[in-house]
Amino acid sequence: MEELSVVDAIKADEEAQAKPHTQPIGMLASARARRYESWGRFPKSNPKRVVSLHWLNDLPNLESIEGTILPHGYGRSYGDSCLNNEGTLIDITGLRRFISFDPETGLLRCESGVMLADILTYFVPRGWFLPVTPGTKFVSIGGAIANDVHGKNHHGGGTFGRHVTAFELLRSDGERLICTPTQNPEMFRATIGGLGLTGLILWAEFRMRRIPGPFIAEERVKFKSIEEFFEISQDADERFEYTAAWLDCLTFKQYQGRGFCMLGNHDRLQTLPEQQIKPKNLPPVPVDVPSFLLNPLTMRMFNEVIYNMQIPKRIQRVSPYDGFFYPLDALQDWNRMYGKKGFLQYQFVIPYNDNYRALKNILNEISGSGEGSFLVVFKTFGEVSSPGMLSFPRKGVTLALDFPMRGSSTLELCTRLDRMVRESGGVVYPAKDARMSAADFQAFYPQWREFSRYVDPKFSSSFWRRVTS
Amino acid sequence: MNVLILGATSAIAHETAKAYAAQGAALYLVGRNPEKLNANADDLKVAGAKQIACQIVDLDDLGAHETILKNADAALGGLDAVVLAWGTLGDQTASQTKVDEALRQFHTNAVSYISMLTLLGNYFEERKQGVIGVITSVAGDRGRGSNYVYGAAKGAVSLFTGGLRARLAKVGVSVVTIKPGFVDTPMTAGMKKNPLYASPQSVGNRIHKAMVGGENVVYTPSFWMLIMGIIRNIPERIFKKLSL
Ligand SMILES: Cc1cc2nc3c(=O)[nH]c(=O)nc-3n(C[C@H](O)[C@H](O)[C@H](O)COP(=O)(O)OP(=O)(O)OC[C@H]3O[C@@H](n4cnc5c(N)ncnc54)[C@H](O)[C@@H]3O)c2cc1C
Ligand SMILES: NC(=O)c1ccc[n+]([C@@H]2O[C@H](COP(=O)([O-])OP(=O)(O)OC[C@H]3O[C@@H](n4cnc5c(N)ncnc54)[C@H](OP(=O)(O)O)[C@@H]3O)[C@@H](O)[C@H]2O)c1
Repeated sequence: MEELSVVDAIKADEEAQAKPHTQPIGMLASARARRYESWGRFPKSNPKRVVSLHWLNDLPNLESIEGTILPHGYGRSYGDSCLNNEGTLIDITGLRRFISFDPETGLLRCESGVMLADILTYFVPRGWFLPVTPGTKFVSIGGAIANDVHGKNHHGGGTFGRHVTAFELLRSDGERLICTPTQNPEMFRATIGGLGLTGLILWAEFRMRRIPGPFIAEERVKFKSIEEFFEISQDADERFEYTAAWLDCLTFKQYQGRGFCMLGNHDRLQTLPEQQIKPKNLPPVPVDVPSFLLNPLTMRMFNEVIYNMQIPKRIQRVSPYDGFFYPLDALQDWNRMYGKKGFLQYQFVIPYNDNYRALKNILNEISGSGEGSFLVVFKTFGEVSSPGMLSFPRKGVTLALDFPMRGSSTLELCTRLDRMVRESGGVVYPAKDARMSAADFQAFYPQWREFSRYVDPKFSSSFWRRVTS
Repeated sequence: MNVLILGATSAIAHETAKAYAAQGAALYLVGRNPEKLNANADDLKVAGAKQIACQIVDLDDLGAHETILKNADAALGGLDAVVLAWGTLGDQTASQTKVDEALRQFHTNAVSYISMLTLLGNYFEERKQGVIGVITSVAGDRGRGSNYVYGAAKGAVSLFTGGLRARLAKVGVSVVTIKPGFVDTPMTAGMKKNPLYASPQSVGNRIHKAMVGGENVVYTPSFWMLIMGIIRNIPERIFKKLSL
């Protein structure tokens, strides 16, 4: 569900374009060489070695690799959970083949490096969609399982892991385990949301869902307070499969929570009228943008413009699924807008049965900090429980925001937020994290000790060393 | 659309095959490793291929070439397009020190192409339609000290396809010479990657587009046309001193 809004809103009216399934397949993969960094580009990290996998029948002997190892997908995790500084990364992106698909059951089996984008390319035209999708389609199946990712349909569909029926795990001692909810069930539970630490997922099988067509019947509703947001979402969660909101966090002190909800359902329409179709991929951000361009003033202006663009209280339209789910994907390498120093993303979920008091305190803290956040995404998570031992999603309200990395002031703000989240009974999302303390992680995820029994002895990550030290 | 893929376990060729599969093509896959060929066949099936048949054969074996063509033609009921993609990068140092090794590399990358292209040329000349996509390399544009054995073989095939194109153009058959630059595939697994490396997806899709459009010579990514234009024009007295 993430990081929509800014680009989304800018493009708001020019957006209903491009037939989703006519996107050239070549655009799916950046033509550029791999960079083994995380999406936030902080912390900087250096793998000692990268082992690239290409064939399931030709796998390396993991035990013979010196030091620790970690699988690495497309590096769309923001922090250091996909990094293994001074260790070995196993690049799984060469394992990018489908294995089988059963149109009777909707079960798709594929290698773990298959990108969500690949699946959309081949399956949307045939009337199938991902059971759950994050806010970017440039992630691997392996990564989607290892972070047990969530999307705009969490209130109904739960996390990605809930739709996984089986996978095969390669352990460093050479053992290969088929894991399903009934076969090796503990390893199944530990690997979903297991941050790549329990072994290498070779292939996975999961259930796709049927769709009537490639378009989304979309509705945007403006709100002027946190209370109004919750009113709208309560009603929307019943009527819409997909819900998320954009919140103007910078001006929270002044306006007490203005923003708009983005709601959607799959639509039966098969094609859009010709005049609405425009080419849509913007060129990649070629260089690091100097970081002085990202000061609170420019960001505040950015938010102001975007909010005011959404003039009517309610907008309804039919738009291509791509623009609805993945507005940021149109701007390749947008993370470079934050410059060389990179940025932090902060995502948490907290309960909201306290009259939104904790939520408002947190928003006040952010708004007052001057560490303005470019992109703020807001959503309620439903009751559906997550299958993974360490899964992040749980009932509550979740907020995801970006902070340009400015050093200690940014880090200190995050530490203050950690405390507030912890005190309100919430948790922070490891897939987005680059800095939480070991004490906080262990308080958020007390089950980490149980989980660590399933960690492969040769597997480790920069994140794991940090939060278990 | 009936397509024969020679060297179907190649990462680049597989992406081209997948683009054909997405359009519902029928495919005949030829490679020497059965497990890899099966994995690719499964992928292409899910991607939408109407029909898939495989043949396990080492393309170094020139004696098998005629049967391959006959089998593929029979299995699919006539061919509309062929991709030639197999190849080995070889070890330049080994090729320099051992005649056998140099000739073996030249056999795989040039002689076997000439054999296959001769048969294909006649096949398509008779059918008066179709497209032959031949993957050579930017390495064939100029002999470089660091890999001239591979380069010479690719260069030979580039020249050969140029002539074949001129011959077959008269009967409406396209021959596309494809010159990839650095591509991130198993062939270059051992090499340090730089920003010039392209993904097999982008190159494979570009090949598909070039074949569908009946293009002539394609550098992919396209900036290689510029780079090779410069490299070809460096005077020999300077070029021989460069460590390229
Ligand atoms: C713009 C944007 C929007 C996003 N929106 C959302 C969102 O809405 N919801 C959400 O939940 N997340 C979201 N994310 C985060 C992203 O979905 C996850 O971080 C995802 O796991 C990234 O997948 P990846 O292929 O890039 O894997 P990487 O980031 O490279 O790796 C992620 C983890 O998976 C492990 N891993 C990868 N492959 C394997 C394998 N084969 N076997 C075992 N472990 C493996 C790695 O070790 C690592 O721990 C977003 C990210 C971006 C950049
Ligand atoms: N990668 C690059 O940077 C690059 C650049 C320019 C041109 N090219 C050319 O592109 C083509 C495809 O290469 P690639 O990059 O896709 O690498 P690749 O994935 O390694 O593909 C090469 C394939 O050729 C097969 N092959 C080799 N000899 C064979 C034989 N005698 N019989 C049957 N199959 C044989 C190999 O099969 P096995 O798996 O069984 O060994 C392998 O699958 C090659 O012609 C290459 O020279 C590549």
